[in-house]
Amino acid sequence: MNELVLEVKFVSMKKWLLIGVALGFLGLFIVIPLLAVFSEALKKGIQLYFAAFNDADALSAIKLTLVTAAISVPINTVFGIVAAWAIAKFDFRGKNILITLIDIPFAVSPVIAGLVFVLLFGSQGLFGSFLAALDLKIVFAVPGIVLATIFVTFPFVVRELIPMMQEQGTEEEQAAMTLGANGWQMFFRVTLPNIKWGLLYGVILCIARAMGEFGAVSVVSGHIRGLTNTIPLHVEILYNEYNFQAAFAMASLLTMLALVTLGLKSLVEWKTKKYVNGG
Amino acid sequence: MRKIWMMMVSFTLLLGAAGCSAQTAGSKNSTKHTVELLNVSYDPTRELYEQFNKSFASYWEEKTGQKVTIKQSHGGSGAQSRAVIDGLEADVVTLALAYDIDAIAKTGKISSDWQKRLANNSSPYTSTIVFLVRKGNPKGIKDWDDLVKKGVSVITPNPKTSGGARWNFLAAWGYALKKNNGDEQKAKEFVTKLYHNVPVLDSGARGATTTFTEKGIGDVLIAWENEAYLAKKQLGNQFDIVYPSVSILAEPPVTFVDQIAKKHGTEKVAKAYLDYLYSPEGQEIAAQNYYRPRDKQIIEKYHSQFPDIHLFTIDELFGGWTKAQKTYFADGGIFDQIYKPK
Repeated sequence: MNELVLEVKFVSMKKWLLIGVALGFLGLFIVIPLLAVFSEALKKGIQLYFAAFNDADALSAIKLTLVTAAISVPINTVFGIVAAWAIAKFDFRGKNILITLIDIPFAVSPVIAGLVFVLLFGSQGLFGSFLAALDLKIVFAVPGIVLATIFVTFPFVVRELIPMMQEQGTEEEQAAMTLGANGWQMFFRVTLPNIKWGLLYGVILCIARAMGEFGAVSVVSGHIRGLTNTIPLHVEILYNEYNFQAAFAMASLLTMLALVTLGLKSLVEWKTKKYVNGG
Repeated sequence: MRKIWMMMVSFTLLLGAAGCSAQTAGSKNSTKHTVELLNVSYDPTRELYEQFNKSFASYWEEKTGQKVTIKQSHGGSGAQSRAVIDGLEADVVTLALAYDIDAIAKTGKISSDWQKRLANNSSPYTSTIVFLVRKGNPKGIKDWDDLVKKGVSVITPNPKTSGGARWNFLAAWGYALKKNNGDEQKAKEFVTKLYHNVPVLDSGARGATTTFTEKGIGDVLIAWENEAYLAKKQLGNQFDIVYPSVSILAEPPVTFVDQIAKKHGTEKVAKAYLDYLYSPEGQEIAAQNYYRPRDKQIIEKYHSQFPDIHLFTIDELFGGWTKAQKTYFADGGIFDQIYKPK
């Protein structure tokens, strides 16, 4: 009897020890840095904090970040649904190669991704003279930044959808077809409702990464302030100019974005669970 | 699937094209009321050009009635040069050393005789290489010899990407040459030992400065004179500047990018912009930002700020930038031989 009590105590001690370690780790590596960002940003008062955003270059960086996300996320969403659909519901030759290709942006360093675009579209690059003849600017301008962001955020939606669609199988779609639905009807009435939470989750991750990307964008940006700086690049510039308070103010903006994303993510996860459990 | 792929690619390209055409529409602006210049510069000139651009804009508006906005891009000099070569549309470049402009000139974007177009080898201001140490100089650093001592941690950026880093390297090399009566082998040993004491190579001068000042790494920062003064001014009284017995005369050059200025229709304003750097106003702004002005009167006025130290030139000891670049910084050059990342 006594032994059992001891054992239970030991187990619960182990449990609390593990929880303590996990919480301590989280606090040290996530909570404290997060608090540091906000405390640095607010160090010189709330007025200066807001003044940091009331600057033409800062506003243009915020605008560019939003525009970039607004273009790249929908593209990757459409692509993600199409690719996941093809991969999960059909069998075809080269399917595995396609899956591997989709994963490349995860495996490749973002800096390399940026360099690839410079090598392709830079004036010494493969399409350089062709673009110059048409007077088109891709790298060191907004299109390059959008391209690099699309590349980097490319797998988020697909990767989220493939396992979900595979698990769901094709029975419901087949039933819809048998009942006389055409392709679009089947997609909007059966497939889309089935994947909506997974899709939303992928889109949220995609938005977060699109706004926060530094490496690839840094290579293709050209760092022209007021023109081709996104929020992460602007943070670096401010920091390098000894303007720490403003740098952290901008950084806090990205951090808040991350927190909102995190909140939305948990909400979606909760909904997904409810949906799955509820049948 | 292939079709879908092609669709995605063409869609993205289309989007890209739409973005571009919107941008190029505003670029033919030689006779308009507003004009835009892009100055692609190296790392430590941020504060200099911020002040200078304002001054030039009001001068130019007063003179011609035209409003000029100057956009800035900063980074390691070598990296910036590379970006202009790859298509960053700079109207003027103001880089750390002549070789980086030569590299652009090789692509035909700049006329090959660019360095003769403006006075003083096209460098309106000069600088030199000094040491920034922690307050009170706890490691007792007085000259180049102290940087190779055991236990001294030295911060300097990467000479492959940073212009300042190349000046730093050659300043150390030149000191060793002078000390050992021109013995190249001894100089190599000295510089090898020095880079042994370098824990991290940042890509640009400003990155190295923040590594030293903000992250608190290293005992001494080898830096541009202007960068050292600025760090001291911006970050309070935590640092001291140490002048070595000998250093190098650094001449950061400026020029306009012929091809781009022509395309943008900004040749006239680009030239005026550079000329203004040589004007008394421009020279005064340079001095205020701790660059050594060329103008005799203005350097006299700021004399206390720029102590006389013995300065050698790159032509004198290394036979010019093209030769120095090839010997020391090209792939497989001396820097690659002596610097082995740990």
